[in-house]
Amino acid sequence: MRAKAKRYPKEAARLLRERPSVREAVTGATLHFERNRLRAYGEIDTEAWRERARRVKDHVLTHLDHYLELAEGRLRENGVQVHWAEGPEEAHRLLREVVARHGVRRAVKAKSMLTEELGVNPLLESLGVEVYETDLGEYLIQLLGEPPSHIVGPAIHLTLKEIQELFHGRFGTPPDAPPEALAQVARRVLREAFLTAELGISGANFLVAETGTLALMENEGNIRLSTSLPKVHVAFVGIEKLLPRLQDLALFLPLTARAATGQRLSTFVSLLQGPAREGEEGPEEVHVVLVDHGRTALLADPEAWEVLRCLRCGACLNACPVYRQTGGHPYGYVYSGPIGAVLDPGLLGLEEAYPLPYASTLCGACQEACPVKIPIPRLLLTWRHRAVEEGLAPAWERGAIGAFARVMGSPALYRLLSKALRGLPLPQELQVYLPVLKAWAEGRGPLRPSPRPFHELWKEIKEEARGG
Amino acid sequence: MRVALFITCLADQFYAEAGVAAVRLLRALGVEVDFPEDQTCCGQPAFNAGHWGEARALAKRSLEVFREAEYVVLPSGSCASMVRNHYPELLPGDQGALALSEKTYELSQFLVRVLGVEKLGEGLRGRRVAYHHGCHALRELGVKAEPLLLLQNAGAELLPWEAAEECCGFGGLFSVKLPEVSLSMADRKLATLPKAEVLTSTDAGCLLHLAGRMAKLGQGVRVAPLATLLWEAYAGQG
Repeated sequence: MRAKAKRYPKEAARLLRERPSVREAVTGATLHFERNRLRAYGEIDTEAWRERARRVKDHVLTHLDHYLELAEGRLRENGVQVHWAEGPEEAHRLLREVVARHGVRRAVKAKSMLTEELGVNPLLESLGVEVYETDLGEYLIQLLGEPPSHIVGPAIHLTLKEIQELFHGRFGTPPDAPPEALAQVARRVLREAFLTAELGISGANFLVAETGTLALMENEGNIRLSTSLPKVHVAFVGIEKLLPRLQDLALFLPLTARAATGQRLSTFVSLLQGPAREGEEGPEEVHVVLVDHGRTALLADPEAWEVLRCLRCGACLNACPVYRQTGGHPYGYVYSGPIGAVLDPGLLGLEEAYPLPYASTLCGACQEACPVKIPIPRLLLTWRHRAVEEGLAPAWERGAIGAFARVMGSPALYRLLSKALRGLPLPQELQVYLPVLKAWAEGRGPLRPSPRPFHELWKEIKEEARGG
Repeated sequence: MRVALFITCLADQFYAEAGVAAVRLLRALGVEVDFPEDQTCCGQPAFNAGHWGEARALAKRSLEVFREAEYVVLPSGSCASMVRNHYPELLPGDQGALALSEKTYELSQFLVRVLGVEKLGEGLRGRRVAYHHGCHALRELGVKAEPLLLLQNAGAELLPWEAAEECCGFGGLFSVKLPEVSLSMADRKLATLPKAEVLTSTDAGCLLHLAGRMAKLGQGVRVAPLATLLWEAYAGQG
């Protein structure tokens, strides 16, 4: 996917202006998820679970070469064909081969953020393959030609009315058809796709190294069908998705479900161990593509690597009051919200993702929600610091901060500013403040300072105590 | 016991009476109060925006200004967190930063945890109060129970507020860099505000932002810093 992260401030403003329904839909849905998460976290010793999960992930990430080799060996023993992809090119090459070898005309696909990164759909379409997203939300946005707005709920930004209109135009359903009727239509289309597709594509929530097991979580059953009915299954797995042992799933599956949707466990969990053997049903051929796409470099970054613990549960998006205003589209890349703000600079480079670390008030709600305790506010500060070091901060900001530092570095200048705020003309040196003050006042009315600042009042009350 | 007040620039300029309230309150509780007059700003705006060089210079100033203090108390959760949590990161290996960090408290935190005061008086009897948890007070400093306890014990009726722990959208430079998102967040916060007589919080920044937005929208709720209300709790003023 081409990143448009640089446009974040403009796109966020535009969306708030032009599509107010998005704010309403996203706020409603995220608050719902958030309440569910809080209830689900409340049932367990959350701190102990999160700490355990953090340690397991840190262990895997700090011994990643070992676990990747182990996983590769086990996968091959299970009859899986293993591939390594540095980036989209290798992933595309493999898909081209599969499509050509099996004469693939139709593919069914489970929702996967990594395949969004790799641009799997456009590639397949360019090869003349019909692609069906089979997660209902993902199917909706595919019909609309939009990217996902949320890591877990891709169509979270849509209202029922918009979906009704979409289906009315596409399938001729009544303009006020109830959700059940719309789901029926989607089910009919997707069933047909499942039964006729030669290729099934998925991501993976986890890959267990010791057994070569792919673990997939879902609520709709579409992943099960995508990975069992077509004769070929290709799974794209980010190298950070590894877990050491099968027993780790006992922690990570319920923790992820609780964090993501407040469920104790997702409705379906598939543990896949390679192609069907004699007498079994399932795909004849299974490919696992281990994808780097910037992750190794990020892992080597001592100040930013912790973001790779991410389970893609979306809990930080649901908790984030900034994300709630706009949903994911203005962030301009696959990963939005707080996690996007610290992951995208690592994957795309800071120059490409510059405004994203500033898409936060540092309120810390994201860190509180994160099931693997990623210190998102600290990572935001790190990326901001680097942005400034690399000269990416806009000129007005550098000017304003420079003036701020000069004023605050000198009590005399600070007292001058204090007088200026109360009506005296602002000296030349401080006029860089004016645009900032003006911008602030636009949405909030003029700033009204106290009649006298405290440091003047102090001179009067200093002696008060002695007086009585 | 002697306390050096770090009044913070926003409170100094926009909520000066909160500073006076803090002085009177602390004195009433038997604490000697200093106001080192060379103080300016803790440097948080620069730090949060990534300009660590500028922030470091201001942090070093604060180290000098408050070097001799026994305790440093701020009527601001986010500035208190800047000193307590971020000064040691910003000045690694600096013993002065560590020392200042350890003796720095937000006002209500100081009253409850250091002075052991849980009740100031009953001056807020029957007052309907909405409390906004400033994010840094809440999540960085862990100040949650203290202000509520002091308000409640003074007789205030604390109104349930769905969005009480949600960020108001101020975020320092955030409010200027992403003004539309910032205002949208304030609107969400205010849309859920219960029918209160007074809206309060530890942080001048949040209050300025919310009060400004209310003024713009024509909502007329009194906005007062926590320090002001705590003094009213003690002195019984209306």
